[in-house]
Amino acid sequence: MAAKRAERLVNLVIALLGTRQYVTAAKIRATVPGYEPDDGTERADEAFKRMFERDKAELREMGVPLETGRTSVFDTEDGYRIARADYELPEITLTGEEAAAVGLALRLWESAQLAGAAHSALVKLKAAGVDVDTARAIPLQPRLDSHEPAFEACYTAARDRRVLEFDYRRPDEDTPARRHVQPWGVVAWHGRWYLAGLDLDRQAPRVFRLSRVVGTPKVTGPAGAFEPPADLDLAAMVAGQDRGEEHLAVVRARPGSAIGLRRQATPLGPAEDGDDRLQLRTTDLGRLADQLAAYGPDVLVEAPAELRAAVVKRLTRLAAMA
Amino acid sequence: MSAPTTTERMTRLLALVPYLTARPQGVPLAEVARDFGVPERQLRRDLDLLWMCGLPGYGPGDLIDLAFEGDRVRVTFTAGMVRPLRLTTDEAVALVVALRTLLELPGLAERDAVSRALAKISAAAGHAGERVTPVALSVDAREQALAVVREGLERSRALHLHYYVPTRDERTERTVDPMRLLLVDGRWYLEAWCRRAEGVRLFRLDRVDDVAVLDEPAAPPPEAHSRDVESGLYQAQAGARVVRLRLARTARWVAEYYPVEDVREVDDPPGGLAVALRTDDLAWARRLVASLGGAATVDEPAELAAAVAADARAALARYSAAGQPAVGSGG
Repeated sequence: MAAKRAERLVNLVIALLGTRQYVTAAKIRATVPGYEPDDGTERADEAFKRMFERDKAELREMGVPLETGRTSVFDTEDGYRIARADYELPEITLTGEEAAAVGLALRLWESAQLAGAAHSALVKLKAAGVDVDTARAIPLQPRLDSHEPAFEACYTAARDRRVLEFDYRRPDEDTPARRHVQPWGVVAWHGRWYLAGLDLDRQAPRVFRLSRVVGTPKVTGPAGAFEPPADLDLAAMVAGQDRGEEHLAVVRARPGSAIGLRRQATPLGPAEDGDDRLQLRTTDLGRLADQLAAYGPDVLVEAPAELRAAVVKRLTRLAAMA
Repeated sequence: MSAPTTTERMTRLLALVPYLTARPQGVPLAEVARDFGVPERQLRRDLDLLWMCGLPGYGPGDLIDLAFEGDRVRVTFTAGMVRPLRLTTDEAVALVVALRTLLELPGLAERDAVSRALAKISAAAGHAGERVTPVALSVDAREQALAVVREGLERSRALHLHYYVPTRDERTERTVDPMRLLLVDGRWYLEAWCRRAEGVRLFRLDRVDDVAVLDEPAAPPPEAHSRDVESGLYQAQAGARVVRLRLARTARWVAEYYPVEDVREVDDPPGGLAVALRTDDLAWARRLVASLGGAATVDEPAELAAAVAADARAALARYSAAGQPAVGSGG
């Protein structure tokens, strides 16, 4: 950003903070350095108006609480000011441990949008006199998100309460379907990002995996178009989706093999052929079938039949490879 | 890093004078630069700019005034800029969500401190923090292993652990010198110097079966460098053999999870991706392909395809022998 613009904006903020009265655009133009002076021409007026509009937009974008109004009934036009009480970050004192917690927490973000927000939050806290130490604490390199391209659009729409439209493709489908959703929030669950909200076509709450969103979601309609339910628990919504029906499976494994499987299994004792019988629990038969097929001849499924069929299907495809 | 935005610079400019106001004795420039995350050169430009700003009138008594004493700077006239701007919604979300996540991670920070910090930040966020937060984070917190590993790191002690290696399907025992903890894609990893392997290794905490802090100090040798996990946890092995796979749609995640080359969209299978992987560990490649259950086929090398198919045929033979149908329905 050009130094001239930066200077002008800083002076504008200082000027509007320092006044109790509303200041008109004309007064701002005459006082704050950097605006096109009034030489009586329409060209100069247009130039000033454009510049001033952009400046106001920038301040609002930053969250500066720009007020418009009139100081007295005799004023012929609106003026501007910034109420100090609305502008300033309230007093905040943190103990050493609390500041350390904040420092550690802020390092958890890495996604483009919120990492920037985390950084500027940190700058503001330091400017408020809080000494947040991000260097202390154990050596920790966190990365909370997996760079989901749809994250930003979904988060922003949920934040602004705007309806979202996007193409969504399940793994077993060839063509994506267009979905219309009231986005309530984005959730990270077991390392994957989800969008939770109200599916407008089905009129029911739904959870969508961000990695299955095709292209960039688009917002439609105005901000503040809806209110999420007051008792909303985003994490619970996603967890509930995840928890399907639990199945019990019994498999046999050659002695000394399938160590990974045994870590999650309950031993049932030896089978008549010397193999070890194991019991497993799963809510995702497909995933378990993937795992079991990978052990090849070392593992044999006894039950349920559905699981056995799924494993045989995979093995048949693998056998056809050569 | 992407080009700094107007908003980024403005946030800094509006925060600098309050920052100095809160530190009336002055601050070394290098420290200010570090706190704001900019090079000292940029900080000087920012301070030069602020020096030209102030209250209307813009005379000597109106302009922001700074005193440079040696390598320190302090503010002598603030022009009213005594407090930073309040938090935006995004900033409040970033802070609140991160602190809530910390609450779910025992063993990383003092729980009470996190709770109190959360309450104070929420109060300070005011309006911005009031509405239902549109982000939630649920992190796998393997409590036991995490707490023990953290202790090892804090006390700089070596660790003894039992670790399951999926590529070889075996449980190993090792003594390691811990270097750091990583949280990637929701999973915890310990980066440590493995004395057995004589190299830096990443240990996924949910594969750690037993871990104990030893009395001896952690002493990673000078050649132990932290790995850059920016582009993923798995590192490409330059010069290793090339494995070429065709990934069906459901297996496309492989291209994102592992370092692949020569990525091409293909029609066979429909919506598929042809990729090349470099590895000398064909046992690993065999397990990967087998675990994809047919969603990935092997173009190269032929011996890999043959090994996978042979394993599968042997398994199918067991099912036939057990009197169970061995021919699956058309997939």
